[in-house]
Amino acid sequence: MSSHGIRDQVAIVGMGCTPFGEHWDKGADDLLVDAVGDALSSASVPKDDVDAYWVGTMGSGISGLTLSRPLRIDYKPVTRVENMCATGSESFRNACYAVASGAFDVAMATGVEKLKDGGFSGLVVASPPDDGTTAELSAPALFSLLGPAYCKKYGVDDAEFKDVLTRIAWKNHQNGALNPRAQFRREVPKETIACSPIMAGNLGIFDCSGVSDGAAAAVVVRAEDAHRYTDHPLFVKGLSFVAGPATGVVDTGYDYTSFPEVVAAARDAYQQAGVDDPRADLAMAEVHDCFTPTELVLMEDLGFAERGFAWKEVLAGTFDRDGALPVNPDGGLKAFGHPIGASGLRMLFECWLQLRGEAGDRQVGTVGQGKTLALTHNLGGSPGECVSYVGVVGSEPDA
Amino acid sequence: MGIVAAGVYLPERRLERAVIGEALATPPAPGTRSVASYDEDSTTLGVEAARNALHGLAGELSPRRVLFATASPAYLEKTNATAVHAALALDPAAGAYDVGGAVRSGVGALRLGADASEPTLVVCADVRTGLPGSADERDGGDGAVAFAFAPDGPADQVRVVGWGSASVEVLDRWRLPGEPAAHVWEERFGEHAYVAVTQAAFADACKTTDTTPDALTHVVVTGVHARAARAVAKSLGVSPDALVDDLGATVGNTGTAHPGLLLVHALERAEPGDRIAIVTIADGADALILEATDALGGVLPRQTLAEQLSTGSGGLSYETFLTWRGMLEREPPRRPDPTPPAAPPSLRHDPWKFAFTGSVCEACGERHLPPARVCARCGAVDQMGPVRMADVPARIATFTVDRLAFTPSPPLVAAVLDFEGGGRFRCELTDVDPDTVAIGDHVEMTFRRIATAQSVHNYFWKGRPARGARERGES
Repeated sequence: MSSHGIRDQVAIVGMGCTPFGEHWDKGADDLLVDAVGDALSSASVPKDDVDAYWVGTMGSGISGLTLSRPLRIDYKPVTRVENMCATGSESFRNACYAVASGAFDVAMATGVEKLKDGGFSGLVVASPPDDGTTAELSAPALFSLLGPAYCKKYGVDDAEFKDVLTRIAWKNHQNGALNPRAQFRREVPKETIACSPIMAGNLGIFDCSGVSDGAAAAVVVRAEDAHRYTDHPLFVKGLSFVAGPATGVVDTGYDYTSFPEVVAAARDAYQQAGVDDPRADLAMAEVHDCFTPTELVLMEDLGFAERGFAWKEVLAGTFDRDGALPVNPDGGLKAFGHPIGASGLRMLFECWLQLRGEAGDRQVGTVGQGKTLALTHNLGGSPGECVSYVGVVGSEPDA
Repeated sequence: MGIVAAGVYLPERRLERAVIGEALATPPAPGTRSVASYDEDSTTLGVEAARNALHGLAGELSPRRVLFATASPAYLEKTNATAVHAALALDPAAGAYDVGGAVRSGVGALRLGADASEPTLVVCADVRTGLPGSADERDGGDGAVAFAFAPDGPADQVRVVGWGSASVEVLDRWRLPGEPAAHVWEERFGEHAYVAVTQAAFADACKTTDTTPDALTHVVVTGVHARAARAVAKSLGVSPDALVDDLGATVGNTGTAHPGLLLVHALERAEPGDRIAIVTIADGADALILEATDALGGVLPRQTLAEQLSTGSGGLSYETFLTWRGMLEREPPRRPDPTPPAAPPSLRHDPWKFAFTGSVCEACGERHLPPARVCARCGAVDQMGPVRMADVPARIATFTVDRLAFTPSPPLVAAVLDFEGGGRFRCELTDVDPDTVAIGDHVEMTFRRIATAQSVHNYFWKGRPARGARERGES
C-alpha cells in the first residue's frame, strides 16, 4: 500500500446517532433527519454552512436524493455511497478526503439503513440476475465457515470454541446494557447465549448481530478550523479501505482463519496513523462483530492478539470494557444493532463519546490512563471475498 | 449394433414401505423403494446414469445422438435431453431429443438407439409416484439407466440380436398432462389384455433370432402391469433359474428406466456368450434379445447396480417423502422466495453451469471455479483453457449447516471444496448427514436441481459424500 494518508488534516467537530432498533414508527427519512439534526447541533453548525454531503446506505435509498429530499438540502453536492457493511465508514472516508483536498470547508458524512420494513429474518441483499450457480447461503452460514477451520488449525475443541463465542456475545451484551442507544439493553446470561437456537454451523441466534434500523452522522472540517466548533474535536489519524481480489473462495491456499483484507487495511491505517503497537496504543476499538467468530478472528487480524491466541485472550477478558484493550464498549453490532449503512458512523460515534470522556457508565478506563487513540473497523462480504475499512481517530493532534 | 457402455443410477434414499402403512393406518407392505431426493428429477437422474456409462468411453464411440425417455419430464415444450447433453459436455453437433410421455417410451428409445446408424446415447429416467396410499406410490421406484449404442465393430459390446413387438390401444394406465398421479383400470382386465400379446411378441423375437426359450440364460419380464408380468413369466417356457429378479422388493418399478435397469442387472451376472431377453409390457409388448460377447466386462457401469443396491440409505420419513414429492406443502422460512436463474447468463455460462467446466490458466496452471478471465494467482489475462471438473474428486476444506437459507429441504449444508490437482469451490452438499460432515471428507460432484422458482428449474452441481470413499471405508 502506498497511501499517503491525511493524518491530522481533518477533524470531527460534531456527531449524531439515533437509537438503533426496531423503529416501526420511523422511516429512513426520519432517521436521517434525526441523525443530521443531532450532528449539526452537536457542532453548532447551521445546515447552510455544510458545503457537501455523503450518504451511505446499502438498500434504503438510491442517489443523493436519499438525503437531500428529507432534509430539503438545496443544490449542494450529495453523494450516495455503498460498500456493503463498510458503507457508513466509506461515507465518512470520502467526506474527509473532500475536506482534506481543500474543495470544501465543511462536509457531512451520513449513513442510514431501514431493515425492519422488509419482514424477513436476517439480512436480505438484492443481487443482479445471474446464472444461479452461486450457493445462496445466509450471512451467519458464510461466517460460520470460520469456526471449523479455526478449531482445526489451533486445536480448539468444539465446546471450548462455543465458550469463546459465547463470551464475546456476553461481553457485548454487557456493554450494550449500559448504552441507551443500543438495540438490546440488557445483560444476557451465558447459558441463554450458549443454548440459543442454532442459525448456522455452531452459531446460535445470540451469536448474530441485531437486524435493526438507525442512522448516524458526522461533521468534518479542516483540522485548523476545528476549535471554532468545539473544544474537543477528534482528529483523523488514518483511513484505509481495501477491496480484496476475492481469491479466498477460489484459492486452496486460503484457510478461513483470517481476513487478509483486514490485515491489509490495518497495516495501511496503522502506518498512516503512526500506530506501532495497536494493542498498547489504542484506548479502545470498535470492530465489526457481525457474528461472534468474526470478532474472534479480527482480534488477530487487527494485531490485538497473536495468531492462534485470540480465543485465550477472549476467555481471559482482555477485550472486556475493563480489560487491557476494550473492544466494542458500546455493545457492538451484537447489542447496538447493525443497520448496515449507519454502522461505521455509529462506531465512530462511540469513539467520539469515549475519547471526549462522555460515555458515562460505560466510560473506558484507558482514556483516563492517557490513551488518546481509537479504532473503527468494518468488514463487508464474507470470508474469502470481502472489503474492509480500518480508521484511527485521536483526541490530540500530534506535536 | 450393440451396447458399448451401460450406466445406472439409483438415488441414495430408500423409503421403507412400512412407514406408509404406519402413517396412513393401512396394512404394512414389505421392502423398500428408491426415492429421488428433493433436488433430483428425471433429468438429473438421467445425467448421473449417463456419467456412469460414458466414463472412460473411447472418443470415437462418443454419442452423436442423445435420446432421453421419461414419463416424468421436468419440462414440456422445452427439450430435457439438451440439459443431459450439456451436463455431459457432449459434442455440440450431436442431436438431443426427448422421447417422452408414456412409460413405453423407455423401451422405445432403446429400440431407436439399437437401430441408429451412428453412436447413440439412450437415457431412460423416471421419478415414479402416486397419490398417498396408492399402489403406484408404494410399488414405484426412482432411477435411471443409460446405454451407449454403436454400430457393429468394437469388440466390447453386448450385441442386439433382435426384437419382437405388439401394440394394443388399451385403457389400462393413463394420466392427463398436469395430473399428479396416474389412473389405472381394474387389475384383472390388464392381465386379460396383456398376456397373449406379450407371449406373441416374445415368440416373434425368438423366431426371428433363431432362439429357443430354454437357451436364454437371463430373462427379464417387466412392465406397467405387475400381475400380467408374473403370469407371462410363468408361461414363456424359460428356465426358472433364468428369470431375473425385478427388484420390486428393494427399488420398485422405475417406469421408463425399468427394462434397462433390469438389463443391467442381468448383464452384471452374465457370462460371455449368454443370451438375454428383455420382455416389457406397456400398451402392448416388446421383446428384445441380446447376446453378451467376450468383452462384456468393458460394458458394465463404472459403479455397478449391485453396489448401488447395497449402499442406499434408509431412515427416510414418510412426511419427508411427501414433502419432497410436493404432496405436503410446508410453511416456508421467513426469507425471500428464491429467484430463478436468468436465461442470458445461463446461456453465456453454459459449460460452467451445466458441465461444471472451469478454466485453467495456461500461464501458471491455476484452476478457476467459476471460470475467470484474469488469473487469481499470476494475473495473466485471457490465457485460460477449459477444465472439466465434474469428475474430479474433492475434499472438504470447511463447511456449515445453514438453518436460515432457503432450501426445499432444510437445513442447507454447504462446504468449501478443494479439488484434487487444484481448484476450490463453495457449494451445497447433498445426500449428506449434517451431523457427521467433517473437514477432510471425500466429496464427488453430482448434477442436481437446486430449486424451482417461477417455473424455472435451476440446474447446477452439488457435492455429495464420495460413494467410492464410503465403500473403501474412508471418512
